Amino acid sequence: MSKEILLKVDNLVKHFPIYRGVFQRQVGAVRAVDGVTFDVYRGETLGLVGESGCGKSTTGRTILQLYRPTSGSVNFDGQDLVALKGEELRQMRRKMQMIFQDPYASLNPRMTVGEIIGEPLMVHNVASGKEIKERITHLLDIVSLSSAFANRYPHEFSGGQRQRIGVARALALQPEFIVCDEPISALDVSIQAQVINLLEDLQKQFNLTYLFIAHDLSVVRHISDRVAVMYLGVLVELADRDTMYNNPLHPYTQALLSAVPIPDPLAEERRQRTVLEGDVPSPVNPPSGCRFRTRCPLAYSYCAEAQPDWREVQPGHFVACHSVSDTGILDKKEVM
Amino acid sequence: MPNRLLDVQGLETHFKTQEGVVHAVNGVSFAMEEGETLGIVGESGCGKSVTVLSMLRLIPSPPGKIVAGKALFHGDDLLKMMSEEIRHVRGAQISMIFQDPMTSLNPVLTIGKQLAEPLILHMNMTQEQARDRSVELLEMVGIPNAVERLKDYPHQYSGGMRQRVMIAMALSCNPQILIADEPTTALDVTIQAQIIELIKRLRDELGMAIIWITHDLGVIAGIAQRVVVMYGGYIVEEAYVKELYANPQHPYTIGLLGSLPRLDETQHQRLYSINGLPPVLYQKPSVCPFAPRCKWAMDSCWRENPMLEPFTPDHRVACWVDPKTGKRR
Repeated sequence: MSKEILLKVDNLVKHFPIYRGVFQRQVGAVRAVDGVTFDVYRGETLGLVGESGCGKSTTGRTILQLYRPTSGSVNFDGQDLVALKGEELRQMRRKMQMIFQDPYASLNPRMTVGEIIGEPLMVHNVASGKEIKERITHLLDIVSLSSAFANRYPHEFSGGQRQRIGVARALALQPEFIVCDEPISALDVSIQAQVINLLEDLQKQFNLTYLFIAHDLSVVRHISDRVAVMYLGVLVELADRDTMYNNPLHPYTQALLSAVPIPDPLAEERRQRTVLEGDVPSPVNPPSGCRFRTRCPLAYSYCAEAQPDWREVQPGHFVACHSVSDTGILDKKEVM
Repeated sequence: MPNRLLDVQGLETHFKTQEGVVHAVNGVSFAMEEGETLGIVGESGCGKSVTVLSMLRLIPSPPGKIVAGKALFHGDDLLKMMSEEIRHVRGAQISMIFQDPMTSLNPVLTIGKQLAEPLILHMNMTQEQARDRSVELLEMVGIPNAVERLKDYPHQYSGGMRQRVMIAMALSCNPQILIADEPTTALDVTIQAQIIELIKRLRDELGMAIIWITHDLGVIAGIAQRVVVMYGGYIVEEAYVKELYANPQHPYTIGLLGSLPRLDETQHQRLYSINGLPPVLYQKPSVCPFAPRCKWAMDSCWRENPMLEPFTPDHRVACWVDPKTGKRR
């Protein structure tokens, strides 16, 4: 089965400059995303996980050209988004949408729900007048909200309902690709499942492709086909879901997985936990060589010298670690 | 019978708001023994934090008001103590760590000053003794270079380190109960794992009892011995942790456990979702607060609120329905 590549991200870099002093000279940069390469296939969900500040949201926004990348390319459906400008880029935006983390901040409090959902239709001139109204009713129906809600304001809704409004807005232009940036982390546990199920249903119904950004590895395992793990601006591992969770190769992925609590006391008792020492270093001044080496239980002297290559060690299984052999075996013997 | 470490009976707390009186806690009773770890689980607004804050009389009043109940600590009612007495309990015998370590530390005082304060206040230590003890405490919670770091301000610590400082501060007077209110919610998973391991180690070393408040059923599974599940200001289920996860009885508990995606999930299953929203209670409910969202709700659920009753000697549940049959037990 050959899968069609919808999105090709190649060596994407996004640095945010830091200015200081009277003359506002650039004194450094936050290296939020520092060379990220991956593909997204049409119709799949790629989960992107990592801890806060690792650059996963910036990656999502840079792909959509909400931030212009410092370097690298983003190829969407055969077109290089980085090279596009003005009207051409605006036309492409119809195909790519975003669902945000905070349903309280991402909806304009002074617009009605109908105006919020209808705005993209008007901006892109795809519908007018009565047709817009029909589309709004239809969109509200898709996300299981009553069409009577169209005249109400966001503050009248709960977090879960607001997130549905955000989903309806993202669907308004019938996009092919949606970046879901932590869409459920602001919601209560019992509401999270409602939104996850909704996103899954919509994906089937409209053949959507998701880049699902989250810090919750259990949720990502549930919703993703493939999973990418990010650490301090770089990808450390990418594999299909079951491989990633059953046979993680990168020491960071292993530690991350072992840190996630499982809601089952018996499973918790049996678990062997690798607790990482220390904190994530600053992306302004990342460690030399492998960025994970300061917390890595397997790090050896060479790790400080060279950044490990991003390579495919098994079909579809990418990893960046000096301790992983070319055939995909983590060599623990080198630990001194 | 000797006095229990903590025995909360019929606690009720209201808040006056512009929209009316919110019945946040509606008669909560639970007890705990020395050295025990009790988990309180529930979603935002279910009354889990208000329960422990009421117990320590930390509810701002007005708008909050404790309208009924007792909170017996070694037999003495915390709710009837003079403010001088309860101040001596708080911080010294019962201490608390909060969700957000940034807002619970004073940004303009050094960590050393803040650590020394309870020691001087509750333990009558001198400045020098307090400083030496502070260094010990920071080392105990795994902060390297402790002597130097006493001079730092909170913003110079990372999130995980600040939570370690909070733990050190909470444990400084050797409390008998440590209340942890969502202490790891604001932290990343790898840091969360560090903090949980730290608290487990300190619990084994120091032997204090812990009340762990959280919405995360995963965290509770790994740390608590006994769990109470709260919904709408009531305890709806209480059991030992293994029993609760293996044999949940209340439809809400069953729903919560079913709605969680699991890291050890082997095949893709659709998540169970509980319809509707958690309630905001403007009056004390006369019917089961979960009935509007419950798939098994019967006529009697709409007439009366089921009491928390023993299902087995160690397992209490506030529901009439047998989840195996969906009928009245």
